[in-house]
Amino acid sequence: MSTTITMPQLGESVAEGTIGKWLKAQGERIERDEPLVEIITDKVNAEIPSPVAGVIERIVVPEGQTVPVGAELVVIGDGSSLKEVVAGVGEAEPAAAGQEDGASPAAATAELAERVETGATRGDGEAAPKRASPLVRKLAREHEVDLSLVRGSGLGGRVTKNDILAYIEGRGQVAAPAAGPATAARPAAPAAPAPAPRPGVQVAPDEELVPLSPMRRAIAEHMARSVQTAPHAWAMMEVDATALVKLRESLLGPWQAREGFELTYLPFFVKAVVAALRENPPLNARWTEQGVVLKKRISIGIAVAVPDGLVVPVIPDADQKSIAGLAHGIRDLAGRARAGRLSLDDIQGGTFTVNNTGALGSIASGPIINQPQAGIITMEAIVKRPVVVAEDAIAIRSMLNTCLSFDHRVTDGAEALRFLHSVKRRVEAYGPDTPIY
Amino acid sequence: MAVKTLIEAVNEALREEMERDPSVIVLGEDVGVHGGVFRATEGLQKEFGAERVIDTPLAELGIAGIAIGAAMNGLRPVAEIQFADYIHPAFDQIVNEAAKIRYRSNGAFSCPIVVRAPFGAGVHGGLYHSQSVEALFYHVPGLKIVIPSTPYDCKGLLKASIRDPDPVMFFEHKKSYRRVKGDVPEGDYTVPLSVADVKREGTDISVITYGVGVHLALEAAEKIEAEAVSVEVLDLRTIVPMDKEAIARSVSKTNKVLVVHEDNKTGGVGAEIAATIAEDHFEELDGPVLRVAAADTHIPYAPTLEEAVIPNVDDVLAALRRLAAY
Repeated sequence: MSTTITMPQLGESVAEGTIGKWLKAQGERIERDEPLVEIITDKVNAEIPSPVAGVIERIVVPEGQTVPVGAELVVIGDGSSLKEVVAGVGEAEPAAAGQEDGASPAAATAELAERVETGATRGDGEAAPKRASPLVRKLAREHEVDLSLVRGSGLGGRVTKNDILAYIEGRGQVAAPAAGPATAARPAAPAAPAPAPRPGVQVAPDEELVPLSPMRRAIAEHMARSVQTAPHAWAMMEVDATALVKLRESLLGPWQAREGFELTYLPFFVKAVVAALRENPPLNARWTEQGVVLKKRISIGIAVAVPDGLVVPVIPDADQKSIAGLAHGIRDLAGRARAGRLSLDDIQGGTFTVNNTGALGSIASGPIINQPQAGIITMEAIVKRPVVVAEDAIAIRSMLNTCLSFDHRVTDGAEALRFLHSVKRRVEAYGPDTPIY
Repeated sequence: MAVKTLIEAVNEALREEMERDPSVIVLGEDVGVHGGVFRATEGLQKEFGAERVIDTPLAELGIAGIAIGAAMNGLRPVAEIQFADYIHPAFDQIVNEAAKIRYRSNGAFSCPIVVRAPFGAGVHGGLYHSQSVEALFYHVPGLKIVIPSTPYDCKGLLKASIRDPDPVMFFEHKKSYRRVKGDVPEGDYTVPLSVADVKREGTDISVITYGVGVHLALEAAEKIEAEAVSVEVLDLRTIVPMDKEAIARSVSKTNKVLVVHEDNKTGGVGAEIAATIAEDHFEELDGPVLRVAAADTHIPYAPTLEEAVIPNVDDVLAALRRLAAY
């Protein structure tokens, strides 16, 4: 008995998909829910798990080819059709068969038959029960994983932490939303092959076509949609960060000694932004045709540059965290983002985005809103400048620009500037007595 | 910053604290005229006088008792026990008096003493110049126990111990005295007690350790990196009270733990760490908590036997490999 897998409908208005990469070769054993193939569409990139256990009997569509939804992709069966093919070479003693024939194609076929055999043995459920550590059993409970389906790479076939995390991640891919960051959730997978260039792209001899990575394509789609649907309005405000600079300098040594990594400005900024969002709910919202949806939770997306693009992992309920808690959260997310180890949960649920453009030296920028949010704020470089202060004196102060793009459908300039002013007030209020724990 | 040895860090901390606070005194065998058998107190008597740097008779019970009495009368004594192996006569004073004074006086008196003692093996000291004694005091409520691994930590921790209002046992591994060097800033700073320090970040296995164990762990971590195993090294620095939050952070990050110490395995600090992790973090464990420690015997005099009894880098590597494969 065999099952034919077809190109799935990966989202509304998606009519076709491209085979990015086959994760199993013809003749290989596959378990139910094990990743089978990477599909690339113009909206979503997803790893499709196998709906059945069995052996890959026939791959119909090769990598790089684009086919319509519903087209036949692969046939998964019990391996009997493959065995028939190799039966003439000697089913029971593949090694002998190889010697007998001497020719390499026959040896390869024999090896294929052997793989089919061992695959079948592992799948028949007679093996010893899977051993797993308390951590793995807890993860299995939380993510409703049947441990017998997870291949163990530890001592004695033990399912390790990495085994189950890879399994959960592979399974999660299919539900990946259209957001660009989703593609980054995969652990350092070999760069997905680019879909074949669409017909009609003319590349002159003095030009070079850089194929789109799935992440590049998702970012492009996401940014274009945001600008096309949300009218972006922009404002900038000047903030005096002198006291914050002093505060951070005084904390650097003890923080490094206690926490073991560098304390950046970003947690201070995020703390100020969440407090300002609490005071100005219309900025923590989303536009719909039926009305403006105000969000009660405040979860902050942090823009993180990664090779080949950008991801925006989220600090959930950022308003409930101390500066130290935010610092740890940011460090964890940024580290995993750069290592390509974010999970789906890490990139979902953001209600507002903070972009620390100042880290790259920018002093003003016009960010694009991360849909479906109402706004995005950038914290620009802190620069020492001569500033006119009280009594008409000129002093050297550490100044910082903060820029806001907001969805003008959701709210207006007065509200947005009140929000920016809250941020400014909070940042300027930092001082030697600010608690960070 | 100047690169200094651990023993120089001890000397610097003592000198600066004596300059800062006239109530700080030093006492012990040969600490004055001679400057200490390891030179920890070199030059102090010349600088601060024989009234503040006191050569005592060869009687540890007396050293501890004098220090406790002086502390209850307003001084901050730093008592040196020449070798930790000789601390046992002072055990009664430390356990029955120093540790209990705050409790039995209902908080009216405290006992701000520091008992310094060189300890540990690896220098062919034989039975009576090699022991690790931390576990003996570990069991007693009311004593803090500090064991520095680097000169920087040593200076900052010793200063924090002298300023602490309660008795602190300060054990210095004698093999580290001149072999371990590192940057030590001039002037005053302290390293807080009860705060562990991540000496190396890693993601796969946590080594929780202190004292010379830190150096074994760092060397092993360096070596096993080639096998794609990322090891985090957590230096407890203070073993009582232990920084359980730091342990929690590391365990939930790596999910596998190896404890390393040079003291005997049975009833050692590692047993307590392993039990704490089993109680508080069972569901975060992806493998058993392993221990690398000395064999349950006395430290032999013969160098080959001594080497066989105390843990070395290969022992740590073997345990790391076992955990990595788990």
